[in-house]
Amino acid sequence: MSKRKVKETHMTVGECISQVQTILRQRFCHQRLPEKPMGIESQHKHLLELLRRTAVHGESNSVLIVGPRGSGKTMLLKCVLRDLLEVKDVNKNVLQVHLNGLLQTDDRIALKEITRQLNLENVVGDKVFGSFAENLAFLLEALKKGDRSSSRPVLFILDEFDLFAHHKNQTLLYNLLDVSQSAQAPVAVIGLTCRLDVLELLEKRVKSRFSHRQIHLLSSLSFRQYLDNVILQLSLPPDFADAKFFEEWNDSIKRLCKDKSVVDVLEKHYNSSKDFRSLHLLLMLVLSQVSVCKPSIKPTDLLEASRVCVADSKANILHGLSVLELCLIIAMKHLSDIYEGEPFNFQMVHNEFKKFLQRKSQSIYNFDKPVVMKAFEHLQQLELIKSVDGSTGKIHKEYQLMKLMLDHNQIMEALQKYPQCPTDVKQWALSAFG
Amino acid sequence: MAGQLLQPGYEENKLQRVSKLLPCRDVQSSMLLALMGEPEQYSYPSIFIYGHRATGKSHVIHTLLKELDIPYATVTCVECVSLGLLFEQVLFSLFGPDSATLLSRSPSLSDFVRVYKQLCVQNPAKQTKYIVLDRAELLRDMDANLLPAFLRLQELVEDNVTVILLSEIVWDKFRPNTGCFEPLLLHFPDYSKDELQQILSEDSHPSYSTELYSAFINILLGVFYSVCRDLRELRHLAALNFAKFVEPLESGKVNESETHKLWRNIEPHLKKAMQTVYLREVSSVQWEQQMEKEAGAVRGLSAHGHVELPYYSKFLLIAAYLASYNPARTDRRFFLKHHGKIKKTNFLKKHEKTSNHLLGPKPFALDRLLAIFYSVVDSRVAPSASVFSQISSLVTLQLLSQVGHNDQLDAPKYKCAVSLDFILAISRTVSFDIVKYLYDFL
Ligand SMILES: Nc1ncnc2c1ncn2[C@@H]1O[C@H](COP(=O)(O)OP(=O)(O)OP(=O)(O)O)[C@@H](O)[C@H]1O
Ligand SMILES: [Mg+2]
Repeated sequence: MSKRKVKETHMTVGECISQVQTILRQRFCHQRLPEKPMGIESQHKHLLELLRRTAVHGESNSVLIVGPRGSGKTMLLKCVLRDLLEVKDVNKNVLQVHLNGLLQTDDRIALKEITRQLNLENVVGDKVFGSFAENLAFLLEALKKGDRSSSRPVLFILDEFDLFAHHKNQTLLYNLLDVSQSAQAPVAVIGLTCRLDVLELLEKRVKSRFSHRQIHLLSSLSFRQYLDNVILQLSLPPDFADAKFFEEWNDSIKRLCKDKSVVDVLEKHYNSSKDFRSLHLLLMLVLSQVSVCKPSIKPTDLLEASRVCVADSKANILHGLSVLELCLIIAMKHLSDIYEGEPFNFQMVHNEFKKFLQRKSQSIYNFDKPVVMKAFEHLQQLELIKSVDGSTGKIHKEYQLMKLMLDHNQIMEALQKYPQCPTDVKQWALSAFG
Repeated sequence: MAGQLLQPGYEENKLQRVSKLLPCRDVQSSMLLALMGEPEQYSYPSIFIYGHRATGKSHVIHTLLKELDIPYATVTCVECVSLGLLFEQVLFSLFGPDSATLLSRSPSLSDFVRVYKQLCVQNPAKQTKYIVLDRAELLRDMDANLLPAFLRLQELVEDNVTVILLSEIVWDKFRPNTGCFEPLLLHFPDYSKDELQQILSEDSHPSYSTELYSAFINILLGVFYSVCRDLRELRHLAALNFAKFVEPLESGKVNESETHKLWRNIEPHLKKAMQTVYLREVSSVQWEQQMEKEAGAVRGLSAHGHVELPYYSKFLLIAAYLASYNPARTDRRFFLKHHGKIKKTNFLKKHEKTSNHLLGPKPFALDRLLAIFYSVVDSRVAPSASVFSQISSLVTLQLLSQVGHNDQLDAPKYKCAVSLDFILAISRTVSFDIVKYLYDFL
């Protein structure tokens, strides 16, 4: 079937937009696997070849996929697994065990999960094993049963691999890697991690059993490629039902990515992170602004989305403080200035505040100490200030030493944006001494 | 007033209802709705909503999900004493009453994900499900993996599910060391004074005009706005004080149009309310919880004034106060019988620019306390009662606090835990002029 010879249906704008939303959300929100992962062809080939050897020739192996958050480790693996099952000669009997360091938090849980995923719960039954190694050996042996002479290859996938290194004695890692080195059964151990220093977490006996094969995912995308990728991510696939809309949309995307302001915003994002995930986040915010009333993406949508992405959360929170709370922050700022960042306590802050009231303020009402205390505690609840010696809880709360978790610029910026900030308060903040 | 909410896939009259229920939050609700998309479309795996107390975070989310018949589970993390309870609540709300029974007694995250997946297979549904975790900052203290797992729950359970976290603390304070799936951040700004006025005015009293109520709210905000912007608290204060506001009207002394008179009547009352009502919830909540955990001792003696102490205990407390706030090397000056006149400057050391009262009480050893004690009671009868048992009862009353562990080898140290006002009052009852003995007041 030729590419654009599908039934030429015509849909309303509403239906088209609905389709656009469905398709693009699959990409940005659902981590839908791409046909071909971008820019990591060699890694893909490498991993596919390794796993093919296990699946076809029964060679055991171990490998780590290492890359920062959102760099596509999980995606790469899933693509490879998908493609592996399509390779000629791949034993369709290949088994997969998926573990995740976030979920299988100790080896007992992990073992239960392995048993379950290998469908061996009935075989194991109530048997009691002396050690983890015996148990694992039993499982692998059980896979051999039947009339097959050799056992089925098993792929052990360990996402968040580094977390398994925290398990007691690293028993699971030790045994899996041990099996992958001896010829007991064809297994491949594939670890995924964002820690570049992962090997240092391994005990010597564990490390020595690892093949030291690593596949790195460090994005080397140039900005040009990044831009092309944005276009690709926003474009509709050729099998989109409405031909006219398809062309208009894709043209508008190309035009969008030529707009100077859009390129600037994207370049800023590219410079802070090149990974796909943060791009998806940005594009999702853009996409959410597309509707029947506004059936295309405008440069302003991108600017707005980028503003949401880079907004300073602390500044947002400061904006909503009461004047009293703001005054306390200013007092703390002065204290930090005077005592060069030494911690302070409520008494001192209250004292600074009182000095301000006596000397300069007309606009601020003289609050009772408990009211000020309540404001102080609220700041603590918001974690804008933090007690320095958390353990010595027996100190009276007035004297508990605190640290301000904001820097100078954040405070000054917040003051600028603060709605109807009294002038005397502003001046107080600007003055060099409390 | 509110802008129209628009989103295909939902009934129009329901959307209208929603926007009526959410005054002053139309920007946020339409943003959320746009992110959610049509019922079956995927939404971003995790959304983190932050903003001050009572800025409508939970309210907006719940109204949207409930009114639009979207499948959701909502959990307030304060209520979850155990992980099991949290998992149960989620499964129960999403899959019905039988589902939670599939969980084992104290389930792990692994169990939760397994059961969730299993239930998904049994109840295939295309609609996006939502899990709302309120007071999400508490998740940080529960289990190190809980937060990162919820953030990428969609990937873990392979279902069309979105997790929404609500908190008043900024996201930066959540991010684990090795990073995690970054949620989409959404800020709920605080209500402006006008918005608070509008929202609070909607509560009006059945037997009075809305204008009158709105005027009352205006006065209330005039007093409280600079201290408190918490809608919930303001609403509480409004409800409590309205009766006082209309008193002159009830008695017929004033009529509705004489706003100035009404204002004069209520303003001092509200200012007083600031001290009593506002602080009633003496929100040392956090502090007290912390104290309780560590001390497990008698609390609630904040009404220190009511404690009637034995005569000598009062002197012990005074001695303790002096020991806590005076530098030890000045003791001779104050307590030695025939000392010569020594000026304060003789003691002054460089780093002592700040007063001791700002730094709080310092720990002291028992013998120092006793030395001071004997010198301040000396003119009176010598104490016969056991000093030690009195000290320990001062400790249980939390007027003194013991520093360091009980099982410590060296002698215990104490700190005086009462305020200056309190000790002044105590001193007066035994006619002791404590100010003369305090280094800070020389
Ligand atoms: N090269 C690529 N081509 C196309 N899409 C990609 C590529 N790299 C990453 N993505 C997309 O980026 C998103 C994040 O990728 P993925 O979840 O695999 O990251 P990860 O490395 O596993 O992160 P984490 O360490 O948090 O688990 C996915 O939606 C994925 O499809
Ligand atoms: Mg991953």
